[in-house]
Amino acid sequence: MENSNKKEVRLMKGNEALAEAAIRAGIKAYFGYPITPQSEILEYFTEQAPKRNFTVLQAESEVASINMIYGAAGAGARVMTSSSSPGVSLMQEGISYIATAELPCLIVNITRGGPGLGTIQPSQGDYFQSVKGGGHGDYKLIVLAPSSVQEMADFVFEGFKLAEKYRNPALILADGALGQMMEKLVLPEEGSLPHVTPDWATIGKTKDRERNVITSLHIQPEKMEAVNHHLQEKYKAMEQEVRFEEYFMDDAEIVFVAFGLSARICQKAVDIVREKGIKAGLIRPITLFPFPKQRIADAAQNAAGFMVVEMNAGQMVEDVQLAVNGKCPVYFKGRMGGMIPTPEEIAVELEAKFIHHEEEV
Amino acid sequence: MIQTEEIIVAGFGGQGVLSLGQVLSYSAIMEDKETSWMPSYGPEMRGGTANCVVIISDGRISSPLVSVYDSAIILNQPSLDKFESCVKPGGYLFYEESTIVNPPTREDIHIFKISAAEEANKLNKKQVANMIMLGSFLEVRQIVKLESVLKALQKVLPERHHHLIPLNEQAILIGKDLVQKQLQETN
Repeated sequence: MENSNKKEVRLMKGNEALAEAAIRAGIKAYFGYPITPQSEILEYFTEQAPKRNFTVLQAESEVASINMIYGAAGAGARVMTSSSSPGVSLMQEGISYIATAELPCLIVNITRGGPGLGTIQPSQGDYFQSVKGGGHGDYKLIVLAPSSVQEMADFVFEGFKLAEKYRNPALILADGALGQMMEKLVLPEEGSLPHVTPDWATIGKTKDRERNVITSLHIQPEKMEAVNHHLQEKYKAMEQEVRFEEYFMDDAEIVFVAFGLSARICQKAVDIVREKGIKAGLIRPITLFPFPKQRIADAAQNAAGFMVVEMNAGQMVEDVQLAVNGKCPVYFKGRMGGMIPTPEEIAVELEAKFIHHEEEV
Repeated sequence: MIQTEEIIVAGFGGQGVLSLGQVLSYSAIMEDKETSWMPSYGPEMRGGTANCVVIISDGRISSPLVSVYDSAIILNQPSLDKFESCVKPGGYLFYEESTIVNPPTREDIHIFKISAAEEANKLNKKQVANMIMLGSFLEVRQIVKLESVLKALQKVLPERHHHLIPLNEQAILIGKDLVQKQLQETN
């Protein structure tokens, strides 16, 4: 079927592709707790662990998993956890500690409809929690938003690269649909992401150096402020990692902004309205932090307006509004609680706002 | 021009709806096409109905979810009630007749009534009714080759079931025949 020098094309579920990529990225351990719609990640790891060189542990809760990550990452190991919305909420305290202690690790949120225990259907309701610091204090995660099964695998590698470059936790923010759907992909190569134990790892003091300390507690406010200044400088440096993708932006007068699954749906909406002669385009933020605010600000110079589409009540739209800074109208179309907008309803909404000029009442 | 086929496959859990869709997606990969397979996995599925949206295209697939379809492969009444209206005008509807009380009524689409359950019973293997439906579908919508489907079956079926591949092939051919006869009758 395939010739030998061609990479193998596979058909996999997003959750399984992500787990397989993590094994190929050489994770030392995975700690997690089952929750729909991401349980296949834990299941895949559990099935593969005896055959391959890593540890998988089902913790007693999400609070335990994230603290196991804290410990293992502090020892310099490449580790990850995954969960879905309610479980990720439980992890927030630990994530704040890990961010403050500056430990690289990968956290995956296969988001489901909320708030509360909610549903098990896809949602993007955890955008704020992901990019604004879901736990306490001023910290940031590197947030990657895949929109295909290929990216579910690729962003594991990207996530670890960025996390280790900046000593900062990275988060993959996907949704239940991306976790459950199958698409074809080419998996990243095993062993292509080398890992060396960092010199700050707490793996036992040797005589030739000072003690390594991993902590998020700096009880003197002067010291804590200095830590904050350092973190803020780091977050500023991370801005250079901004990534986004464009679709039909060359002559776009109306600009969609959407991430993840919503971006795929908007891409089709662009096709639908372009057939009617409406010049629409799409900016898809790939990194949600750092956010592509400069690209959006540039697009706002010439655009008639923006339409932000999310599977939530309107979260990323606030960041788009900040970037547009009043230059043109920014409209929002969202579905909530696990409902997914259709390309057709988005197209209708766009025409209502920009062609028929219907205002909200 | 980019050819894209958007398909809904729907029925009860246990009728092989999701695996029918997977066979289609794998077949597309065998031909280097783009494909997506999106299952229903929520409370809907726990209520007894299952469906998946399969998209096969020569080009990049945008939305893996759509609300109107080029083709519908339907295996029970609730799914027919839900999806008959979602077939694009000029599109194709294939339905398994054995449990259908209210048949489809649309006149602007191509409708094929398939006796897949009955034919599968004749083979003493009611589980292959889904492959009969697939055969009927592929006879009309030749989006993937039979040879690709046979390769795909090796991927979808666990190895312990590979001895059933000839039976599945037979079922696909029966499905093709059923549709051929209908087409000849109408001509």
